[in-house]
Amino acid sequence: MKYAFFPGCSLESTAWDFDKSTRAVCKALDIELADIPDWVCCGSTPAHSSNASLAVALPVMNLQKAQAAGYSEVLTACASCYARLRTANHKVNEDSAERERAGRITGKPYDGTLKVRHILDVLVNDLGVRAIRKRILKPIKGLRVASYYGCLLSRPPEVVAFDDAEHPACMDDLVKAAGGQAVDWPLKTECCGASLSISKTGVVNRLGYRLLSMAHRAGAECMVVACPLCQLNLDFRQPEARQGHADIPDIPVIYITQLLGLALGIPKEALGLEALTIGAGQLSARCAAAGRS
Amino acid sequence: MNATQKNAAIPSSLEWADGALLAEVERRSGAAVSTCFQCHKCSSGCPIAPDMDLLSSQIMRLIHLGARNEILDSEAIWACASCEACTARCPMGIDIAAVMDTLRMMAVERKVSASDARTRSFNKAFLSSVRWHGRVFEAGMMTLYKLLSRDFFADMDKVPRMLRKRKLALLPHFSKSAKDVRNVFKRAEEEEKKR
Repeated sequence: MKYAFFPGCSLESTAWDFDKSTRAVCKALDIELADIPDWVCCGSTPAHSSNASLAVALPVMNLQKAQAAGYSEVLTACASCYARLRTANHKVNEDSAERERAGRITGKPYDGTLKVRHILDVLVNDLGVRAIRKRILKPIKGLRVASYYGCLLSRPPEVVAFDDAEHPACMDDLVKAAGGQAVDWPLKTECCGASLSISKTGVVNRLGYRLLSMAHRAGAECMVVACPLCQLNLDFRQPEARQGHADIPDIPVIYITQLLGLALGIPKEALGLEALTIGAGQLSARCAAAGRS
Repeated sequence: MNATQKNAAIPSSLEWADGALLAEVERRSGAAVSTCFQCHKCSSGCPIAPDMDLLSSQIMRLIHLGARNEILDSEAIWACASCEACTARCPMGIDIAAVMDTLRMMAVERKVSASDARTRSFNKAFLSSVRWHGRVFEAGMMTLYKLLSRDFFADMDKVPRMLRKRKLALLPHFSKSAKDVRNVFKRAEEEEKKR
């Protein structure tokens, strides 16, 4: 399986560990990734909040580059890039005025035929949970994991559409395949505050505490995510989010690719675990120990 | 300001039956705001609702009523995290998140209010980074954000941990298409004026 890979800005900086672990897991599972040459930022929330034409044109530039390089499917790991690329593609396909406008702005036509896929979608639907289970070398036995999908992977359903919008299960299936226990909890698709992290930190910390405490009360020892914004808000900001709340312990919040990587027997150095703020060492030791038993 | 005071202020700018605001928001967002029947499902599921001075369902109703100033001066349009829970759940299929985008753009265009300068400054700093580098350069973006928002001290204590965890690059990653991106920004701005 070969895909054009769109890393996005977060995977080059704050989420370099998501980049590293995604590439390591794909390599281990024979998913070939080729970076889109000279890719540019998708525009993220600031673009769709400021200029609707720009919010379509920036993703389209990347889709054109992937198409010119001969690919028919683009894979991204960042949930925000995924939502922006999907939304732009959806608009170009549904609305001829949008398609023409994007063509005028980028100076090239784009027909909207490229497929945009998220790494979770590819793992669960192209490769399949059963095939992944067969490749697990160090099952993370008994680890209780809350899968947190957030907003961008699940909404709006007519645009993203690879799992249920209110009760997604693909990450839970991967956790189970890796030998862990998927905790049932109610805030799977609640928002973490995403890009308000910098301008409205108080709001993000309130939402972060709510998510962490709910996962803890549901019995989770750690959370898995597939979005750089969720990870930053719940892990990097966790010390602030928990300030004044003595009721919850340190809760590691790791990328699904890091968890899956450990279970696939990929050395932890290749998964960027040192980038985590909370409990990186403890968690990987636990996984390694579980693998031996 | 409590709810009574806020409501007391509303009639001052109502356009009432003229419907210009409703027409403009519907045209620019592509969302059928006029079909809102005030079920409040959007507000009930909104994770940011406790931090908003107007709830999303109230904003929909105020659009019907033409209360332009009350909406465009609100904190709520900037508190919205664009999580799209409202859009996904609206029984009338109104793309409420797209309406919020449109309202933010309208608020910026009229250049009067300074309600929530921080999120505006963040958007501006983020996009200028993309405009010049083709990609986001965090250290440069944060410097510009701090200059624009005058929010100098927030998060400065986290810089050492950012650096230690290699989460903050000190040099920009340029895309070789940075020049094309600058042209795309220019043309997208021209296209927006035509809408």
